[in-house]
Amino acid sequence: MNSVVCIAQVPDTESRIKIGGDGRHIDETGIKYIVSPFDEYALEEAIRLKEKQGGDVTVLGFGPDRVQQALRESLARGATRALHVKGDSDNADSLGIARVLAAAIRSVPHDLVFFGKQGVGTDNSLVGPMVAELLGYPQINVVTHLEAADGNVTGHREIEGAEEVIEAAMPAVITAQKGLNEPRYASLKGIMAAKKIVIETKSITDLGLADSDIINQRVTLVSLALPPDKSGGRKIDGADPLAAAKEIVRYIKEEAKAL
Amino acid sequence: MPSVLVFCEVQDNKLKKASREALSIGRKLAEAVAGELVAFATDRSAAGDAGRYGAKKLYVAGTGSYNTESYTAAMKAAIDQSAASVVLLGGTSNGRDLAPRLAARLNVGVASDVDRLEWAEGKLRARRPVYSGKAFATVEISGTPAIATTRINAFPAEESGQGPAEVVEISAPPDSKTKVVETKVAESGELSIAEADIIVSGGRGLKEGANFSLIRDLAHAIGGAVGASRATVDAGWIDHQHQVGQTGRVVSPNLYIAAGVSGAIQHLAGMSTSKHIVAINKDPEAPIFRIADLGIVGDLFTIVPALTDEVKKAKAH
Ligand SMILES: Cc1cc2nc3c(=O)[nH]c(=O)nc-3n(C[C@H](O)[C@H](O)[C@H](O)COP(=O)(O)OP(=O)(O)OC[C@H]3O[C@@H](n4cnc5c(N)ncnc54)[C@H](O)[C@@H]3O)c2cc1C
Ligand SMILES: Nc1ncnc2c1ncn2[C@@H]1O[C@H](COP(=O)(O)O)[C@@H](O)[C@H]1O
Repeated sequence: MNSVVCIAQVPDTESRIKIGGDGRHIDETGIKYIVSPFDEYALEEAIRLKEKQGGDVTVLGFGPDRVQQALRESLARGATRALHVKGDSDNADSLGIARVLAAAIRSVPHDLVFFGKQGVGTDNSLVGPMVAELLGYPQINVVTHLEAADGNVTGHREIEGAEEVIEAAMPAVITAQKGLNEPRYASLKGIMAAKKIVIETKSITDLGLADSDIINQRVTLVSLALPPDKSGGRKIDGADPLAAAKEIVRYIKEEAKAL
Repeated sequence: MPSVLVFCEVQDNKLKKASREALSIGRKLAEAVAGELVAFATDRSAAGDAGRYGAKKLYVAGTGSYNTESYTAAMKAAIDQSAASVVLLGGTSNGRDLAPRLAARLNVGVASDVDRLEWAEGKLRARRPVYSGKAFATVEISGTPAIATTRINAFPAEESGQGPAEVVEISAPPDSKTKVVETKVAESGELSIAEADIIVSGGRGLKEGANFSLIRDLAHAIGGAVGASRATVDAGWIDHQHQVGQTGRVVSPNLYIAAGVSGAIQHLAGMSTSKHIVAINKDPEAPIFRIADLGIVGDLFTIVPALTDEVKKAKAH
């Protein structure tokens, strides 16, 4: 059972976001980068499959040099191989990123290709299904439970108020949702072992792609802005529950018009 | 004539709210360029509702229940026939599953989870919350068609007062790489937070799972859905379906009431774009108050039941 796990490196979810000088990207100073939280569930699931059934877990990241750090961390948790495709992921649109990843995935043996259900930060939820389409694979999206055996994969997909149990033949694309598993931390042994693994690097030209295939082709960023300050918020003392309740009802009726 | 095509989903013989909202903004975009609004569904019964929200035609494919590949093929057929220049999908689980697959097949741009849409110099311009709602990105979508999924509750559903849409049958080659073997309905009968206009959420301030009844009672009285913080879900007090936030659902109801929720950044990520926010928390410094329109500093155990009573009285009038 061989898996590829696509790892997006994103700003720590606790980061304070400031707009950069170009008005289109964030100011990266002081930002700590982490593995996108949903990708941790994806990685954990791939590692568990490997532990049960053998094979390789290759982590794949597209982006600037700092992406190596996210790949190194993933190796320390239990991935067995890492591939870094260097390039300007910040100025690529989702389909551009998907093209790069799809080309890289073709060069690595795999039965399953894992993604996070969403890259935290860009919050697109686009890349996984796009790669599935480019590779002609089935996709099971937003998965909270997974079983893979005998060339088939079954995933539980979260939908509104229900869960679908979906079956597909491998190779297939899976996008991971919280609940799939409890990701482990890297052990000291894992960290030491990871140091011995060489992270393979490629450029997009090595993959037969040109900048024009990926850079802001179809979706262009016009501007990035902070949300307007919430002014006019009121805080009142709730020591008298009845008075507080009456004030809330008045607010709901008159301002939210929801009663 | 330029046309805007909207992917429509039917539930209980009605169009889903997400579809009605997408049709409503789709109609505005079509009117602005003297174009036509058309719709896609897999059920002819959608023709009445689709027309009511402004669609002139309804392309119907007999593809049955949702499946990524066959729906992609059917939507592609509808796009080819309607020569759509814009395709909108309500941001449901299926809409968000389908949009990226379709965009990749057509090699066109897609913006997901948008909360504003307009034309700017002949291009479709969309605004979308990013960094968990800590910023907004404005993007331009190129290519024909330009695709977007709409954030639920961001665009008001407005009827056009028109008759049923004309049904146009289309066919698409059957194509299915996946099979739905079972659908498990969770806690049937409960309103899902995904589409709710009103959400009442409880947090760790409830002290124990059984006290979620306070939240349920209020939600029931006011006609809202029950939401929850991750801390309560992790504690096993309530099912994950109810979780609001970065690793739960992102919601923007008209009214969000949070009781005993501190307002951690990952929780705010899921609800900060709600239109009206009421917070009840005993800690005056709780971060939830920074985004609340009305904050009550006090004990939820006395305030929530009093509020439930007052809501019932207001409803009885
Ligand atoms: C990667 C990541 C993803 C996450 N995703 C999510 C997510 O999707 N959703 C989410 O919610 N969290 C998420 N979290 C967790 C988040 O950081 C918080 O831990 C969580 O939201 C806290 O839940 P809470 O507000 O219920 O609990 P607490 O933070 O413990 O807050 C309880 C609040 O109740 C108040 N209180 C106590 N007693 C009373 C009383 N009697 N009356 C009134 N108020 C009272 C307290 O003052 C306090 O403010 C995530 C964290 C990480 C790291
Ligand atoms: N630059 C990248 N390198 C590797 N994987 C990525 C990259 N961007 C996105 N992904 C993967 O695609 C998933 C969805 O991202 P997104 O579509 O941006 O929300 C992420 O959780 C990752 O698994």
